Amino acid sequence: MSSVKIELRKDQIEKIHSFCDTFNNAHGELINVLHKTQGEFGYLPAEVQEVIADKIDMPVAKVYGVVTFYSFFTMTPKGQHPISICTGTACYVRGAENVLAEFKKQLDIEVGETSEDGKFSLSCLRCVGACGLAPVVQVGEKTYGRIAPDDVEEILKEYL
Amino acid sequence: MDLIKLKIDGKVVEVPTGTTIYKAAKELGIDIPVLCYMDLKNLNIENKPGGCRICSVEVEGRRNLAPSCSTDVAEGMNVKTNSVRVINARRTVMELILSDHPKDCLTCAKSGNCDLQSMAQKLGIREIPGQEYAEMSTYRLDTSPSIIRDMDKCIMCRRCETMCNDFQTVGALHAVNRGFEAVVAPAFEMNLEYSSCTYCGQCVAVCPTGALTEVDHTNKVIAALNNPNKTVVVQTAPAVRAALGEEFGLEPGTRVTGKMVTALKNLGFDYVFDTDFAADLTIMEEGTELLDRLSKHLNGDKDVKLPILTSCCPSWVNFFEYHFPEMKDIPSTARSPQQMFGSIAKTYFAEKIGIDRKEMVVVSIMPCLAKKYECQRDEFKVDGNPDVDISISTRELAHLIKQANMDLVGMEDSDFDKPMGESTGAGVIFGVTGGVIEAATRTAYELHTGKSLESVDFKQLRGMEGIRSASVDFDGLEIKIGIAHGLGNARKLLEDIKAGKSEYHAIEIMACPGGCIGGGGQPYHHGDASILTARTKAIFDEDEGKVLRKSHENPDIIKLYEEFLDKPMSEKAHHLLHTHYFNKKKKTFEV
Amino acid sequence: MVNKTQIRIALRNCGLINPERIEEYISEKGYMALGKVLTEMSQEEAVNIIIDSGLRGRGGAGFPTGIKWDYARKSVSDQKYVVCNADEGDPGAFMDRSILEGDPHSVLEAMAICGYCIGADKGLVYIRAEYPLAIERLNIAITQAREFGLLGDDIMGSGFSFDIEIRYGAGAFVCGEETALIHSMEGERGEPSLKPPFPAESGYLGKPTNVNNVETLANIPVIYLKGADWFSGIGTEKSKGTKVFALAGKVNNVGLIEVPMGTTLREVIYEIGGGIREGKKFKAVQTGGPSGGCLTEKHLDTPIDYDNLIANGSMMGSGGMIVMDEDNCMVSIAKFYLDFTVEESCGKCAPCRIGNKRLNELLGRICEGKGTEADLDRLRNLGEVIKDTSLCGLGQSSPNPVLSTLDNFYDEYISHVRDKKCPSGVCKDLMEYFIIEENCVGCTACARACPVGAITGERKEPHLINPEICIMCGACMEKCKFDAVILK
Repeated sequence: MSSVKIELRKDQIEKIHSFCDTFNNAHGELINVLHKTQGEFGYLPAEVQEVIADKIDMPVAKVYGVVTFYSFFTMTPKGQHPISICTGTACYVRGAENVLAEFKKQLDIEVGETSEDGKFSLSCLRCVGACGLAPVVQVGEKTYGRIAPDDVEEILKEYL
Repeated sequence: MDLIKLKIDGKVVEVPTGTTIYKAAKELGIDIPVLCYMDLKNLNIENKPGGCRICSVEVEGRRNLAPSCSTDVAEGMNVKTNSVRVINARRTVMELILSDHPKDCLTCAKSGNCDLQSMAQKLGIREIPGQEYAEMSTYRLDTSPSIIRDMDKCIMCRRCETMCNDFQTVGALHAVNRGFEAVVAPAFEMNLEYSSCTYCGQCVAVCPTGALTEVDHTNKVIAALNNPNKTVVVQTAPAVRAALGEEFGLEPGTRVTGKMVTALKNLGFDYVFDTDFAADLTIMEEGTELLDRLSKHLNGDKDVKLPILTSCCPSWVNFFEYHFPEMKDIPSTARSPQQMFGSIAKTYFAEKIGIDRKEMVVVSIMPCLAKKYECQRDEFKVDGNPDVDISISTRELAHLIKQANMDLVGMEDSDFDKPMGESTGAGVIFGVTGGVIEAATRTAYELHTGKSLESVDFKQLRGMEGIRSASVDFDGLEIKIGIAHGLGNARKLLEDIKAGKSEYHAIEIMACPGGCIGGGGQPYHHGDASILTARTKAIFDEDEGKVLRKSHENPDIIKLYEEFLDKPMSEKAHHLLHTHYFNKKKKTFEV
Repeated sequence: MVNKTQIRIALRNCGLINPERIEEYISEKGYMALGKVLTEMSQEEAVNIIIDSGLRGRGGAGFPTGIKWDYARKSVSDQKYVVCNADEGDPGAFMDRSILEGDPHSVLEAMAICGYCIGADKGLVYIRAEYPLAIERLNIAITQAREFGLLGDDIMGSGFSFDIEIRYGAGAFVCGEETALIHSMEGERGEPSLKPPFPAESGYLGKPTNVNNVETLANIPVIYLKGADWFSGIGTEKSKGTKVFALAGKVNNVGLIEVPMGTTLREVIYEIGGGIREGKKFKAVQTGGPSGGCLTEKHLDTPIDYDNLIANGSMMGSGGMIVMDEDNCMVSIAKFYLDFTVEESCGKCAPCRIGNKRLNELLGRICEGKGTEADLDRLRNLGEVIKDTSLCGLGQSSPNPVLSTLDNFYDEYISHVRDKKCPSGVCKDLMEYFIIEENCVGCTACARACPVGAITGERKEPHLINPEICIMCGACMEKCKFDAVILK
């Protein structure tokens, strides 16, 4: 229940309906529908899940059960600049933990949270396939390699 | 069928292909401990997620242990159910499960009836290593009008999920989250109240632990009994008498009607009445409504729809209000017996004994948890005063009797009080699937044809099949009747009606397996189908033993119409005995 | 990183052709294998070649690919499916991504061949949504293959039809397990279910389904072109061909490598990887990601193949290979993998859901200096029971990092629980602030900074930290201008 209460506009509901229609409202395509919808809204609030459940005629408890199973799906809106720290093995071995701790400290948020001003959100991901650059941090689309805790402040400054 | 020969604990057994190790072991009298596994044979429900791993056994040549509940036998298999490896694994897994389970057994609603507790006892668990620093998964307590969800006690056996989705197709509960946080919950982990839950209580009936229990109102009953300013009236549903004895060690199917009445009187209820009386009343109203709709329909009135659906099961009412609101004008408008009883008790009977409705407390003893919700519905209140004040389950009544230190088994029989204790065999059979429609048929036939029935037993309407259909000859008019128990079965009949494919004139629906005798408030049957059969037999035995077996012959019902209601479907009857339904397909987030 | 010890089969085209142009794949004999199979072979003959090649699944457990195909071929059904598992979830492995980005057609061709062999006309690629470039290139490749008549109806006039769709994963490591993957493709929670029934009998939508991972499939076309004998001539007795590894960690050269089965860890780490960085000492190598185990110095000359790795308490897994040096604490490494497993456990079965959590808690306590020697026995028993009783491959292998480090680095565990020391200096709770006498000038800055008065010493005399009082705030170290305060 980490969702913020929102009111969906008619056009937004229609958009979700069209996604469901694209996949023939088939139960087997639920994950595709969720991907498409999260792509549009950035996250999957309760209201959106209700609309999907209703459209494809599936218990909303089940939709929620699927959403909460997969780490890619989120019910919290991401920050303006989502920060992802790779905690894959290569990055871990080269000190990603310390980098993560520094981000947490500087932003004063935990993993999975968004800073109060909505600017940054923090998440971990497992291996971006850039193990040669370990440890790796992504801010939005931009990737930073060989990061040490001391670099964190500089990185954040770029987005302030 | 091909037979497979294998060895379990050194003993040879031959079983058909497709048999599980667990069942093969049973043939040998070896009872492998199981926890999440549940086999409701007569309902075609088998829950075997292979989740608890308590039933693991050693199979020669296999790298790891095999879950016996869900591993099929193979030719020449050599199984060990009691090797050191198995015993250590079983014990370690049990310790793990307990390490994430509260230890408040003493005050837990399920104490003494808990599968987990029995298993801990059986395996001789005396301590849980590392408990002092083991993190436990915790969840918000969810209290709804009928059911309490204390998910700290959930062991992820998924039985409730199976009942809610596969059997009832209600879809209120589903596994959510992942890993250590995984749990069964309604959407967004909101309270059941905001879900599509119908309060059928089948999740409670199968939960192995105290994770799902009923809301306990025994204290409210005690308080009412001790209040000198209240006249406390109790009604007991037909299915209660067929199961209550089980809580006191009697064989399933032992009827305890008279003993139960004595116990209730001893507890201090001022009037001990029978819901069967109201069941007879229901037949008068519902039967008349059926005949009315039938004749209008046959005369070509397009506004009158058939089939007519029974409406005495509150869980079923919740089901169509949520899942099929567009069909809410099809069910009979007759209130359930519980509510008809309350309504008459607080008007007709209150007048008779000269008290105000506010001075009367109506308690109902029900095999059901949805009844707790039903009696709180606003449409069954007058100026905020409910027709039925407190509804408790068969299990709660047993607790009440035990709390009062009474010996049910040794009690003398007593009769129900008058006038609302008089009932016919038709009222009794409300407690089993097909019973309501059989009772209605007995009355509707005679009212319609003006003839007297030679035999009141409509055996074609009885049975345990999930969906049954039968025809009854109303003197040349063939009445087609459908019967479903279990909401998943009901859904199928409703889909047919929606698609215009239904040929029935009347349909009876009960939410629980076997009807009320398998209700969510009954003594736990732990998946034993023979218990439901025994309870069914008890109900029909009581019917057969009655002098009067047709609702319209109940003298006190006749008197009630003469003195108070005028006739079935009269304006007064409409006001007091009928209801209307709502579209509950609301959005969760609007709440 | 080309080296004489490497042979490129799965990666044969990666980096050499433009993956967005089908013509370049075709010019490297692309789709010739499909043509050969469709025109010259019966289904059975075609399957037999893969059986004879000795190819085993590259995704984890190493089940013989040909046998798997044969099961699916023999299943009777009106509809069958070929599934490519591209849900590479092992943290620190990215070979599947590289193949899909560098040579997508080799995978598509292999899926079509498999389709012919088992009698399926539909293929599905289940790919991580986190791989946008791979998805884009796959889409381009599928479109081009259709345009060239290499996918779709009546391929090459053979009467065989086959088409491929993409399905997206959504971030669940357990979906690498084939039954979980299938449930996920059906729109469900990716919970594994019990086998049997195997997907070859009842898989996607209840139909016979063959699931292979990307690297396995990438090997297929060449086997048909060069023959089963050629393939089985590479590798060891029971493990044929090559294996791609994602070499990472404390070696000088990191990246993807492809070596014949039977290559030793020493060759990989020292010849290909160029040895340990900064001249440090090799300590361990983890193969198989979170499902694998740590191997040590004594395993360096063991030929790498499926069976040797399992015999030594590790596994091939998907091919992650992380090298660790003396600075890595093995208890912390085990805990790192357990953190991952706890996060990725689906929660369906009790041993994995609760057991891994408890393992992780125990490891955490050991790293904090709260562990006891009895805890080590508990770790082992718990780990063994979890392996023995868990429902799927994830739980059945999740204790490997703990059990293998217990086996190979027991002394290190003992240091943590008995001496309350972390020999690698990683576990912060087991370290103390310490003043090096020679460096200390007695300026008293540290003593004044200490909030609890744990530092004593006369002016211009070396100071001393009382570890009993010290609260590990680090203020002394920050204040010291002479590098006299250290943590050890």
